[in-house]
Order: sequence, then C-alpha cells, then structure tokens
Amino acid sequence: MAIFNLNVNGKTQQIDVDPTTPMLWVLRDHLNLVGTKYGCGIASCGACTIHLDDTAMRSCILPISAVGNKSITTIEGLSENGDHPVQKAWLEHDVPQCGYCQAGQIMSAAALLKDNADPDDGAIESVMNGNICRCGTYVRIKAAVKTAAKTMK
Amino acid sequence: MTLIKTSFGRRTFIKSTALAGGGMMLGFSWLAACKPSGGGMLSLPKEWFKINGYLKIGENGLITIMSPNPEIGQNVKTSMPMIVAEELDVDWKNVLVEQAPLDISIFTRQLAGGSQSIRQGWPGLRMAGATARQMLKEAAAKAWNVPVEEITTEAGMLQHKTGGHSAGYGEMASAASQIKVPKEVKLKDIKDFKIIGTSRHNVDGLKIVTGKPLFGLDYKEEGMLIAMIAHPPAFGMKLKSFDDAEARSMPGIRDVFKIDVFANDYEVQWCDTLSFNELVVVVGNTTWEVMNAKKALKFEWEPIKPKKETINIFGSMVDVVTPTGPENSDEHTENMKSASLKPANVVRKDGDPVAIFKKAAQIIERSYTAPFLAHSTMEPMNFFANVTAEKADLTGPIQTPEFMEKSVSARLGLPLEKININMTRMGGGFGRRLYGHFLVEAAVISQKMKAPIKLIYTREDDMTCGIYRPAYHATYRAALDENKNLIAFHVKSGGIPESPLAANRFPAGAVDHYLAEDWSLPSNISIGAFRAPRSNFIAGAEQAFIDEVAEAMGKDPIDLRLELLAKAAANPVGKDNDYDAVRYAGVLKLVKEKSGWGTASDGVHRGVAAYFCHNTYVAQVLDIVMKDNTPVIKKVTNAVDCGIIINRIAATNLAEGGIVDGVGHSLYSAITIKNGVPQQNNFNTYRLIRHAEAPKEIEIHFVENEIDPTGLGEPINPPVIGALANALYKATGKRYYDQPFLVKQDLLG
Ligand code: FES
Ligand code: FES
Repeated sequence: MAIFNLNVNGKTQQIDVDPTTPMLWVLRDHLNLVGTKYGCGIASCGACTIHLDDTAMRSCILPISAVGNKSITTIEGLSENGDHPVQKAWLEHDVPQCGYCQAGQIMSAAALLKDNADPDDGAIESVMNGNICRCGTYVRIKAAVKTAAKTMK
Repeated sequence: MTLIKTSFGRRTFIKSTALAGGGMMLGFSWLAACKPSGGGMLSLPKEWFKINGYLKIGENGLITIMSPNPEIGQNVKTSMPMIVAEELDVDWKNVLVEQAPLDISIFTRQLAGGSQSIRQGWPGLRMAGATARQMLKEAAAKAWNVPVEEITTEAGMLQHKTGGHSAGYGEMASAASQIKVPKEVKLKDIKDFKIIGTSRHNVDGLKIVTGKPLFGLDYKEEGMLIAMIAHPPAFGMKLKSFDDAEARSMPGIRDVFKIDVFANDYEVQWCDTLSFNELVVVVGNTTWEVMNAKKALKFEWEPIKPKKETINIFGSMVDVVTPTGPENSDEHTENMKSASLKPANVVRKDGDPVAIFKKAAQIIERSYTAPFLAHSTMEPMNFFANVTAEKADLTGPIQTPEFMEKSVSARLGLPLEKININMTRMGGGFGRRLYGHFLVEAAVISQKMKAPIKLIYTREDDMTCGIYRPAYHATYRAALDENKNLIAFHVKSGGIPESPLAANRFPAGAVDHYLAEDWSLPSNISIGAFRAPRSNFIAGAEQAFIDEVAEAMGKDPIDLRLELLAKAAANPVGKDNDYDAVRYAGVLKLVKEKSGWGTASDGVHRGVAAYFCHNTYVAQVLDIVMKDNTPVIKKVTNAVDCGIIINRIAATNLAEGGIVDGVGHSLYSAITIKNGVPQQNNFNTYRLIRHAEAPKEIEIHFVENEIDPTGLGEPINPPVIGALANALYKATGKRYYDQPFLVKQDLLG
C-alpha cells in the first residue's frame, strides 16, 4: 500500500492503495466514479478511456503509480452539466444503444477534437478505432463527432 | 376506433388502486426516474396518484410511466412508455420513466428476448394508457356533472367544450384513482397518433453521456464485497482440487471456497444453461485485489463424466447429451461435413424432390459454415446479491428475471416472494443474459459470506465460459431444367449441437418440389441463443445460395426472388409457410427503388438479400468498393417492414446496429477450440468489428403501414450476411462460404 495524491476532475484526492492498481479500479472502487467502464482490462476495447492531462488513456492498464502529478479527467468531469459539445452532439444524434461503451467513446472523441479541430473520416476512424461498440453505433458516432467539431469552431 | 377489453386471459390486467381508498402518497425517488430530454418540464409534484401498475399522475400533471421490460439497448425503456403516453394522451415532455419492478401479477412478459417486447407488449401498453385516460374522463364527468362521452382530452388536459370546463390530468388524478376500472376502453385511431411514430430521445441519454451509475457493474451497497469465480480452462473438464494458500494470504482477501451453482437434484430450466457447475470463488474488498488473488490460485482439473440430462424447455422435457473428452474445432468441421453427407431427419417435403433432382438438367450444390461466437456484451456478466436468512435481494443485468427468480428460489430454499430481483440497464444482451447462472452464483456466494457481494466476471471469464452461438453447417441444392427453370430445392442443415433449419421459410412455398432436412451433433461446449438464433446463420447461407441460383438461371437476383414470391403469394406450395409473400416482396421492391438497383456505378459492387424472421421483413443492398485490395463497405440500404414504428430514431439506430453486428461477425469473429480450450479469450484475439471497418453509410427505410408493430432487435443482422457475401463475390470474383469471411481459416488457432 502507498499513499497517492491525485487530481481527479479538478479535485485533489488522497488514496491509499497498492501502487500497481490500475486507475480504472481506483476510480470505480475507491473514488466511486463508475462512469469509466471495464470492458477488457488489456487496452483492447476503449471502454475505460480517461484523459491524463489532455491525452486519452486506457485507465485499465494505467497503474496509479504512473500518474505522477498529471491531472485526470473522467466522463463525470468532462463538463459540469453534460454540456460539453461532444456530450451534446451525442444526445442530439441519440448515439447510445446499450450505452456501456459510450463514456469511453466520448472521452476518445473529446481528446481527438482537442488535437484536431476538424477531423475527416479517416482521422475519426483511426483515432476511434480503439473503442469497440458491440451495439454497432459507429455510423452515429462518426456523425456526432462531426457535429461536435462544428459547434466547437 | 377499437374497443378492447381490459382483462387479459385470467389475469385482471389493469388493477385499480381504488380499493386502498383515497389518493395514495407513493414513495418516489428522483434518481430512479428518467427525464426525457427537452425543456419546459413540470416540476416534481407533492403527491402521486397511482392509476394502475403502469402509471401514476402527480397533482400538478406530471406523469410517471413504468417501463416493464429489461433494457439491453433495444430502447424499450423509451419506446414502451411512449405507447402508454400515446393512449393516455399526454405531452411527452411531462413524462418521467421508471424501470418497473419484477411483478408478473401486473406485467405480462418481463423478458428481453425474441424481439417480442414491443410486439407482445403493444396491446397491454395501449390498454394501460387508454384505461387511465377513460378513468380521468369519468372523474371529470362526475365533477362537472356532464356525460362522459362529451369530454375530450388533449396533451394532458380534459375538456368539456359546451360546458366550458377544462382541467389538467393532475387535478382529476385523485378522483380518477378511485374510479372503478372500466370493462372496456376505446383505443386511439392510428391516424391520431402524436407520439408513436415520432423520434424521441433515449430517456437514459443524459445519464449515459455523463457517466451516471446505470449498469449492474455500477451498482453498490454499503459493506459490499467483490467476488470473482474461476472455472475450468477447458470444456469437458471439471474441478478436481485447488490450492488457495497463497491467494488467501493476499491483501484484501476475505475468503476462498468452492461452490456448486445448482444442487444435484435440481431440475434445470432452459435459462439455467451453464458450462461449469463447480466453481472456485474468491471474495475480497476490491476488484483489483480479488483479480490478483485469483491469479494466485492453483488447480487440478479432471475430465467430466458423460451425462444425459432432461431439461425443461418451456414446459417440454428435452433430453440433452453431454459427451466427455476434449473437443477441437478442426474435428468439428470434419464431423459436420461427414454428418451432412449422411441421411438426416426430413422436416418438410413438398412434391417429389428426389425424383426431380434425378432428372434435373443441372444441379447446383453449395455448403456454408459458421463458427462458434461469443456474445461479447461490452458489460461482462455480473450481479449483486444480498442474501439473508429471510430474503434475497438481487440487482443487475438479466434478460429473464421472471425465470431466474424461480432458479434462485429453488437454490436458496427461499420462497418466491422472498426473492427480489431488480433490473438494471444492461451493457448489451444479445441473448447472453437470458442465461442467468451468474445471478444464482452471486446469490450462493452472498449466502455463504453472509454479506452483500457483487460478482464480476473478467472479460476472460466471460468469453471462455461458453454459451456460444452454435457452430453451423448447411448444404443447399437447386435443380434446374434444360430451360434453366428452378424445379426443386433442397436444404440440409445442422450444427453443434443444434440445427439452424427453418423448414417453413422461403423458398418453401415457392418451389413445387422442396425438401428440408436437419441433423445435429452432441458436444460438451455449451451454447445459447445469440441475436436472431439460427437465422443469424441460415439467412446468410440461403441468401448467398439464391444469388448463385439466380446467376445460373441468368436472372437478376431481385427479379428471381420477386418471381418466386409472386408464386408463393398466388399459389403457395404446401402448408405452414411462415411468411406473408406480399410483405416479403414489398421490402424487396422498396430496397430496389431506394438503392437504385440496376444503375451501375464505377467501382461499386453490390449484393442483395432479403429475409423474414422474428415477425419482421427485411431486404438489403450492400455496396462494396475495393481499396488496397481490401473490401470497404460503402453503403448498406435497408428496407424494413416491422409494422407501425414506435420510436423512429431508436428504430433506425437499432437497425443500424443490426447491420454492423451482421457484417462484423461474419467478416471477423470466431471462437475456435483446441483440446477443449477456447483459443480466444479477450478482444485482442477475438475480433469484433471496429470503427474503420464499419459500413460508411447505412440507410434505413421503413415500410409505412398500420400493421401492429413487430420487433427490430433481431431481424436485421441475419440477411445482411448474405448481401455481404454476394457483394464480396462481385468485388473479388470469389464466392464466400465459410465464416468469418476475412480471416484466414488457419489463423483462427
Ligand atoms: S477496459 Fe480498458 S481498454 Fe478495455
Ligand atoms: S452502445 Fe452498447 S456497446 Fe456501444
């Protein structure tokens, strides 16, 4: 066990856990932030995507000890009231089916739009390729990313 | 205007709460209800009046509608309440939706499966809304002392025009809750629908995009422990012994023990399917600690004994044989091939197919195969249980709560009324959560620990514990005469361990001489229903074969299907044909028009398919372009006849998902077995379709009619596999018979 001070969604949190614990489980079990999902545990599905500073990361393979003083943003902290342009575009296009993968999709899309304000189909596909949606909402996700890009301009 | 009775069989479907006397204050949790998006909603009322099991009305006119069925992503939590709201005649923005409790005395079929929620829920949901509206009208008639027939409703308002009276539903809710339930009520005319047929956003949408707890895996209670299971690594094996010394000494671990999921003498129901009855359980404080301790367990496994069980499948007892010994996919392929050459069960025979095949000028024969598939719901299996001596509280993702209640009751020795199953939103179902062994496991673990626990399967546990889509094989034969007319048709199909045959489906009924046969091979690999069971293979095989038949006959593939359907409509062959040939032809004509079939465009290769299953008709045209020698799905145009559309945006979304499901699995996915061990255990080895591989564009066109609605969860994915195979042929010059089409068979392990 070791003590870590983390900045999660703008708040400082002190956590006493095994240093190998992946951020996914720190968030879900210790900080009660369950919006970040478990899908595979091996960085193959994207359900657990969070932002480490501004970069999208798979939290299931990110041990707490590797976070350092970088700040963490989860789906719960992406916006105050669900009004981040990506979240709004997701609602407008009614993207979710079961919804389980969508927090990860949204976090990947938000990071993509920070890097590339106007992604074309190829850019969306390659960045989002790590996020599986078993329900098959891919066409809608692409449309929603474009809508979000437009409103962020 | 339709008049309907408010009783349903022996069940008094709509129960009044008037017997309780007076308006009831009902407990209400803001968090449990979902607010449809859209502003201008009323605030929360001070008091709720329960009109019937489906709905309650606040004194200020706000409405809560219960959504009876489990939500797996098929949108029933939005679309079922839309039907109630329509007949109640209220403004959707003043409707809150709550997941109903499991209560079979009120709700008819609290199950997600077979694409039946909307189809079978339709009359009851309409009745619930219409009955409440009638009771509100009667309350207003009494208050205003006017004839009830003169009262009209609109958007949550009651009005008596000539008397100049008007009131909101809220004002009459208390009085309405004491009105006797009418024996008969009027339903709206379809042309008067204001909510049904429009697009309404997912009632859980905001919670989903903001990461609120919604799913079983998110559920928590004070003092809850985490449990995980370890099961044998191979089918055909069982636990012999285990060593937990190291695991027990690891931080955060509370206990390690063995459980029997079901007791020895238990008569299993169909939804009790499981692969391994003896499991080793690790219980601890947190997920990561339990995961690590699980890795420290050491096991000895031994072969199972062959067994023969009798399983209760919807009331009929069926014998199921489980052989011992490790199995292999290579052998499965070989065994299926030899089985297909042996005599099989004749399921349907019209005319004299054997004689006609003998005198045919040309016979076309092709075989098709598909592997086991894992459902791969994005949310792995999990369940919360808190079992005490008095009762069992269970919360989590389950498609069959009504059935599993019985299993848990039998296993724990608690009466049914002491079992309380709460349904959470599910991170996917696809049939996997019809089989609730994990719920029973959670209950047994909690009982043993005397503590609330949440059982979590790792992805690896989830993917390697079976209940797969069966492996299938089908051989088709068509006989042509010297003028290239189709004179006989033969399908012989089977699988491990079940046949995918649907003997009474098209082209049965359209060919004078027709033979349908099936066979099956036993296996110790467990299987279960997978989105559009059986159809998810046989539709694609049949539709790819018909494409080859059309080619051999020198006909356009849509024209050939339309000719056959015209014959089946005018002069059907045989009995029990399970489809309506006119509606079938209708979707083909619509897809032909919408896709611009027949107009060639450079570099675009098209395939067509059409199918009927789960009461819905679907036709598809799929366009492929080749890019760097790889097929890219440019567009899929769909025509769908599922009767009345409830929620247009959600219906379209679900149909798009069906397309991605069908093309994804048939292009990339397979579970293969070596020495009983599944060779894929996570998404790095089990390939699911991803963003870059998804169709670039999907168009869904609905046939607009006034036929009662049918389901959409399953009928879309089966035929698109045929459309894909046919387009691939046009693109590559090669026919695709063995799924997954784009993975080399020798790379499957
Ligand atoms: S859970 Fe982290 S990528 Fe799948
Ligand atoms: S919406 Fe269900 S997995 Fe993406």
